[in-house]
Amino acid sequence: MHTGPKLTPEQLEENFADINPPLTPSLALEAASRCLFCYDAPCIKACPTEINIPQFIRQILTQNLVGSARTILSANVLGHSCGRVCPTSVLCEGACVLNAEGKKPVEIGRLQRHAVDHVLNRGINVLKAGKENGQRVAMIGAGPASLACAAELRRLGCAAVIFDSKPHPGGLNTYGIAAYKMRAEDSVRETEMIRALGVDIRNGVTIGRDVSLEQLEREYDAIFLGVGLGETDDLNIEADNIRRCADALSFIEKTKTNGFDHVQIGTQVAVIGGGNTAIDVATAARRLGAEVVYMIYRRSREEMSAFDYEYELAKVDGVTFVWQAAPVRVVPDARGRAQGLVCVKTELGPPDSSSRRSFRPIPGSEFTLEVDMVVRALGQKKLAFLQDIPNLKLDGGKVVVNAETMQTANPKYFAGGDCVNGGGEVVDAVAHGKRAARGIHAALAAQQRGVAHA
Amino acid sequence: MPDLSINFCGVRSPNPFWLASGPPTNTAYQVMKAFDAGWGGAVWKTIGDPIINTASRYGSIDYKHERMIGLNNIELISDRPIETNFREISEVKKRFPKNTVVASLMVESKRETWHDIVRRAQDSGSDLLELNFGCPHGMSERGMGAAVGQVPEYTTMITTWVKEVATIPVIVKLTPNVTDVAHMASAAKQGGAGAVSLVNTFNSLVGVDLDTYAPRPNVGGYGSHGGYCGPSVKPIALHMVSSVAKHPTVGVPISGIGGIANWQDATEFILLGATSVQVCTAAMHYGFRIVEDMIDGLSQYLEDKGFNSVMDLVGKSVNRIRDWGDLDLNYKIVARIDPQLCIGCNLCYIACEDGAHQCIAAAERPRGDLRDGEIAKHVPRILEDECVGCNLCALVCPVPGCITMEQLDNGRATMSWRQLQEARGRNPQCTMGDLLAKGTAAD
Repeated sequence: MHTGPKLTPEQLEENFADINPPLTPSLALEAASRCLFCYDAPCIKACPTEINIPQFIRQILTQNLVGSARTILSANVLGHSCGRVCPTSVLCEGACVLNAEGKKPVEIGRLQRHAVDHVLNRGINVLKAGKENGQRVAMIGAGPASLACAAELRRLGCAAVIFDSKPHPGGLNTYGIAAYKMRAEDSVRETEMIRALGVDIRNGVTIGRDVSLEQLEREYDAIFLGVGLGETDDLNIEADNIRRCADALSFIEKTKTNGFDHVQIGTQVAVIGGGNTAIDVATAARRLGAEVVYMIYRRSREEMSAFDYEYELAKVDGVTFVWQAAPVRVVPDARGRAQGLVCVKTELGPPDSSSRRSFRPIPGSEFTLEVDMVVRALGQKKLAFLQDIPNLKLDGGKVVVNAETMQTANPKYFAGGDCVNGGGEVVDAVAHGKRAARGIHAALAAQQRGVAHA
Repeated sequence: MPDLSINFCGVRSPNPFWLASGPPTNTAYQVMKAFDAGWGGAVWKTIGDPIINTASRYGSIDYKHERMIGLNNIELISDRPIETNFREISEVKKRFPKNTVVASLMVESKRETWHDIVRRAQDSGSDLLELNFGCPHGMSERGMGAAVGQVPEYTTMITTWVKEVATIPVIVKLTPNVTDVAHMASAAKQGGAGAVSLVNTFNSLVGVDLDTYAPRPNVGGYGSHGGYCGPSVKPIALHMVSSVAKHPTVGVPISGIGGIANWQDATEFILLGATSVQVCTAAMHYGFRIVEDMIDGLSQYLEDKGFNSVMDLVGKSVNRIRDWGDLDLNYKIVARIDPQLCIGCNLCYIACEDGAHQCIAAAERPRGDLRDGEIAKHVPRILEDECVGCNLCALVCPVPGCITMEQLDNGRATMSWRQLQEARGRNPQCTMGDLLAKGTAAD
């Protein structure tokens, strides 16, 4: 039986309301009018997809919202979700020249969403597929990298088919983004625009089970790996057979698919990890009604990989940070459910291989937190699936690619997104996908020319 | 506290800030409210045979988020009976004897009709008369307003008629829709005008609705040319005022009008020769309360600059305006960028590169975001030897004080184009470059 806190559906909806709501037309004009229209603008240089930001903002100012959306989407087909989930303070907005004058940067993310919403809400398709060129490309995984790759391929005239084992497209964009940033349906709606370009998205298909790799290789001229990463890393402590111990991705996914009132939540929750996903879990736990949420991190605030604004959000949400502590074991109650987490204090040493300071447990410093739920948020495992692909070169589980073309060591395969960079932003995956599409198109065009010459 | 009062054609006014003839001076209610707020004078909404107006009447230009930087109207003169206007002027003068009330007049071009309205205006207790020879729309189609002001002979003739019966000073309000406004001021002076006011509105078509194809302002799907005013006309008005102030024979007091919205605008008009200034659009936009800072700001300015009276400022910059041919060709300035203040927007670079003389270099910006560490500062570089000193980069720079124009001592004496021409006549064997290098010391 569920014994944790129970909020009303209305309270839950309010707690998960859009953290950065859309701009009104008047606010958008005011925000847009602050853009200086820099030349060779630093915001473009700080955007992995190189959106012409000053141009799309100028188009908002001239009431050319369709043109503005076209500027955005032709560079980044996931412009809607990137406008909402990008860490803009370290990307475009962090590079805005207004910062140098001590002013607030132009609200680029919100303006981007404003322009793309205009076409999404009206069903206007601003991108056009190119003339069919006979090239056929399969994408494995329907996350941001594959979606961007497929959309760009369609614009270049290639046929693009995406295979994904989940019931809905979008990958982590649909299943892994904190609900107060973006709802699953918004991500799925964005993929509809990509379908409208002629991309064939086949959900519920697992490669290697429903369709073999050999079959894909036979039927397609090239294959793009946009498979992302695997499940959350294990804690490697006595916990994994105890109930009320969850992993971050599954926990977030439940908040995105089950309805908030169906997500099981403890009264006192420990979240283990110091990254952005750990923050997502901690803030979601508070918003679901957990009375106390501990974030337990082995190192100190300085080493934490979460962005500053995410840390600030967690503080505002009342998350309690337990610095320099490592989990030792979960203490179960008589019925095998978590009732406590034993941790040990750590001390920091010189930087280790991750270039962050090393840590080691201080013997005898164990202490116990009374918690009835433990969520691990430690990063993701690499996918074993990649081992099945012949001649693929991996480095620490990450796919090795040519940085210009995203081609892997097996020339038929290209790759991008988290499976290449080990876990990045949505916008990084989109940049990879777009680059891969161009690489694929160029490689296949060269093959076609070769055949023609022969 | 410096003295803000002025003497305009022998009439004393508590300060130089007058409301121009227009919607804000339509009634005694408005004018008395304005005097309570601090305005020194008001030029009544033009009095003549009552007219019928259209709806709508105004159209405007916005810039980015700034509303109404220019205003256009197709409104005509007062729609109220002549006797009502004069009765209300009497009431206002009784309640506010020290404030200046100017009766603005416009009637058909008949000597007796003008005689009649002038007498009635004087009887009302008005301090001054302003003859509206400037309205560019509507009234001009009926042979009045700009139809008079655009023909110097008509301007002289009607001013002469008015002076035949006038016992108070006469201001002629000039239209800017002429080739040479100073010539029109001269025509007014010949007719006996004691002062001129300028500028009236500029003939304009403020815009077209891109969905309906109807011009703005729209009257049942149609529009007509109107009169344009507001902040955007100020530079044109300033030039026109200065050209009248510089005219060798006009020599009458000037009431300056055209885009004045604050004490700084007003002070510029005064420095270029205006004794009083008139405001309309800014009062229509923000109400009469704007005069509070106009009074305060001008007083502070006079105090800061050590003037006892605003009258000491009148025309102070007029002799700083010369013909182009009298400007020093040897005056050399170059742009300097303060790297501390520069925010790296590259606007100076692209303005100079595409729009001027290619005197600024900017390295291509490397790709990068804050995840890779600090973003290096990107400061364009002035190519000083190439810089022509045009000011454009300093004008487009969004950071106050970042780009300054600094004088270079090139060791040359001054030499204007006119002096250069004369020197060439005397030294036909020398090149222009040599003559410039020697400056006026050449002889």
